[in-house]
Amino acid sequence: MAKVKFKLNGRELEAEAGRLVIEAAKDAGVEIPHYCYHPALGNPGNCRMCIVEVAGAPKPQVSCRLPVLEGLDVKSDSPAAKRAQASALELHLVNHPLDCPVCDQSGECGLQDYYMKIGQYQSQVREDKVHKGKRLEIGPHVMLDQERCILCTRCTRFVDDVTKTHELGVFKRGHVERIELTPGMTLDNGYTGNVVDVCPVGALTDRDFRYQVRVWYLDKTDSICPGCSRGCSISVHTNTKRNWHNEGRRVARIKPRYNPDVNGHWICDDGRYSYRPLDAGRLGKVLRLQPAREEISWAEAAVEIADRLREGDPKGLAVVASGLLSNEDWKALKELLPQSPLYFSPEPDQVGEADELLRRREKVPNLKGAEALGLKSGSFEALAKDLESGKVWGLYVIERDLEKVWGAKAKDLLAKAKWSLFQGPFKTPLSEAGSYRLPATAYVEETGHFTNFEGKVQAYHKALEPIGSAKPDHEIFGLIRAALAAEREGAAA
Amino acid sequence: MTKVLTKHFDEPKLHELETYRRLGGYKALEKALGLDRAKILEEVKTSNLRGLGGAGFPTGMKWSTVPPEDKVPGPRYVVVNADESEPGCYKDRVLIDRAPHQLIEGLLIASYVIGAKDSFIFIRGEYQAQYEVLEKALAEAEKAGLMGKNILGKGFDCRIELMRGAGAYISGLDTALLETMEGKKAWPRQPPPFPTVAGLMAKPTVVNNVETLSMLPHIVEHGGKWFADLGVPKSGGTLLLSISGHVERPGVYEFPMGVKLRDALAAAGGVRGGRRLKGVIPGGTSMPPLMEKDLDISLDFDSVRAAGTFLGAGGMIVLDETADAVAVAHNIERFLAHESCGQCTPCREGGFWTEEILERLMDGEGVPADLENLTRVGTNITGKVICALGDTVGMVINGYMSRYPEDFKKRIPSNGQG
Repeated sequence: MAKVKFKLNGRELEAEAGRLVIEAAKDAGVEIPHYCYHPALGNPGNCRMCIVEVAGAPKPQVSCRLPVLEGLDVKSDSPAAKRAQASALELHLVNHPLDCPVCDQSGECGLQDYYMKIGQYQSQVREDKVHKGKRLEIGPHVMLDQERCILCTRCTRFVDDVTKTHELGVFKRGHVERIELTPGMTLDNGYTGNVVDVCPVGALTDRDFRYQVRVWYLDKTDSICPGCSRGCSISVHTNTKRNWHNEGRRVARIKPRYNPDVNGHWICDDGRYSYRPLDAGRLGKVLRLQPAREEISWAEAAVEIADRLREGDPKGLAVVASGLLSNEDWKALKELLPQSPLYFSPEPDQVGEADELLRRREKVPNLKGAEALGLKSGSFEALAKDLESGKVWGLYVIERDLEKVWGAKAKDLLAKAKWSLFQGPFKTPLSEAGSYRLPATAYVEETGHFTNFEGKVQAYHKALEPIGSAKPDHEIFGLIRAALAAEREGAAA
Repeated sequence: MTKVLTKHFDEPKLHELETYRRLGGYKALEKALGLDRAKILEEVKTSNLRGLGGAGFPTGMKWSTVPPEDKVPGPRYVVVNADESEPGCYKDRVLIDRAPHQLIEGLLIASYVIGAKDSFIFIRGEYQAQYEVLEKALAEAEKAGLMGKNILGKGFDCRIELMRGAGAYISGLDTALLETMEGKKAWPRQPPPFPTVAGLMAKPTVVNNVETLSMLPHIVEHGGKWFADLGVPKSGGTLLLSISGHVERPGVYEFPMGVKLRDALAAAGGVRGGRRLKGVIPGGTSMPPLMEKDLDISLDFDSVRAAGTFLGAGGMIVLDETADAVAVAHNIERFLAHESCGQCTPCREGGFWTEEILERLMDGEGVPADLENLTRVGTNITGKVICALGDTVGMVINGYMSRYPEDFKKRIPSNGQG
């Protein structure tokens, strides 16, 4: 498209002809207030907040429906434009309950933000407000408060245009109009949390997050969802400043992070609500389990494990790994055990439902990272046979729950190995069946990279301190490798 | 005075095909089907026929914005807006009751010019009797070969389908009407694109009012110039006024376009009981009234517009000196708030707020700030909403407050402290 020149608040700007003024303004760093417009959900122009003055036009225009034309002269900050925006805000608040003190949206609410920015008037409403439905559990994850709703229709457009499941609609009309469930439906489509994100006010709230912690106490860290091989960009919101809130859970919520190349504006509910187990069943101690259960130091563990690795034929040591490892982890593992066979294919423990929107069948984020290093997975069936036949003397298990891979026979198979070790962030039924149990960090406690199914390498960042003595997998591999090298040097000397 | 639409209204059985044809009905259709379509369009333009559903948009100009078939192939539609729901308007009802074939003939002529093989009459749900009249008339027309395949043996095909609304005022607005026809919530669209480019099912669509289309047979029969000469420059022909309120003889009257307000009132017997005139709502409730000083105004779109209000759809409501402007404004605002489609915020919330403040004034609980707030809210609605209904919410309250400030001030108790 051809570039044209236009004016915004007196500034000469350039934009593609036909680009909406609200978008061209954003490109130039000017945010025009808006509720109904959403870059991924269209511009119905119903909230009338983004109203601007256009030179030569008989009346003000909404900038979300105004295309940029050569010579267009727009003012979003003139007294008339500001007055129009403030009056649209005032009208949005006529029937709004103003229950900010008990509303979870407080602190990230479009009504609050714009009131501070362009409102700041004394309320003139003397009338009783219209009452509508409160605390409506419209789905497993989402609560609806119709009184707080400003009827911007972002949520109905999400279920109409993105998931195409149509669970929500606008019912009745005028001041009693409301968002409601389509009769006979509940909001349960695998992507429901996104309606909470797109809701600019406190009408749609996350049932899991309600009343847990105020948003201004949260820290936000850029991360990548480890829930499947899509690798959606997320923001991990952690609660460490008010640790008596949120039932003590450190991660308060996960929000999608806009990434046009991977997930756009959305994430699935599986990924969004995957934070609950992050504080449950965690491993924090370095344990020697044979001959007796005993907490030891990382140094002791590294030396003992290095000793054992040196004793055995590396080809008889099977490494069970997982696509949850980062690129850094894969590299360190390859350097530690270059000759040992690897088993990391997704088995029933790591496969699940896929759909056309985001969710992928492989429920781990980084199989491609292994592939990129030339690593190949052997078959778990063959591994079972090799354990039976005694061809494998040792088993280095990383993260996997072998009962979910092999079923009930996992315990017996594991017992066939003369020596085994478990390393991971979470307890599994067999995590204490071997000789050592090493605590690893979860993805929120480390920094690294995942390579998604399309080969995109994406960084995720440390949001929290590790539990106990847990270390990132690549550091553990490094410690053992250093111990191996030190002993070799010792032997050489 | 020349009557056009109501010329034969004395005939008791005008609604029957036989009577209508005996009086020359469908002759214009026959003539039209023998004419070049562009020629008819020229006549309509010459006639200065304007949309009589309220907007007053020149009909010929509207038709000529339909893209030609070689540029945009595929179906195109003509839709009759018979959703007459503006309080005070009932002329379309009378036109349908008395002369359904006049409408059908006009619709067929329009369909021929536009190239529509499917046309629709969208009638408001409350018009049950008129629905039945049209149903019967359409059946008669079809049986007589006036509708369907090869009309009058001239090779033109056109079916007409009758559709009923479900009672929403907003469905009378062309784009909301089209949404309704598509089975959606009656939320007005925001042009562009205009319906003539992308209307019903996103196809080029002409939406015209009952009265507008009923004029067509007469324009085809007598020519555009004859029609234009009946009226005033830029507004041709005649117009129907549904006169009600404080007059001696309420009813539907046909006048030449540009009739003086004074003469229109006189035709309806004048203000009842010889009382003094307080105001005249010219075109249906959703607009400011004309005042006594406007009695010599010419009733045509542009002159009424210049007087600060609208000719609308000719739903004239006369108020005598006993009327209370606050009660009138409250009544109208209550209706507009109830009928707000709820799509955009200023109308949805501002209409409600305006109604509530007015209700408080009516209850004697007004405070001085109310007057300022009413003016401000009205100003903040008009011109900042999606559709014309929204605009009227502000126009009505501001119109009554500026014309009858004393009535509003009287409603604030002297001790009103809030």
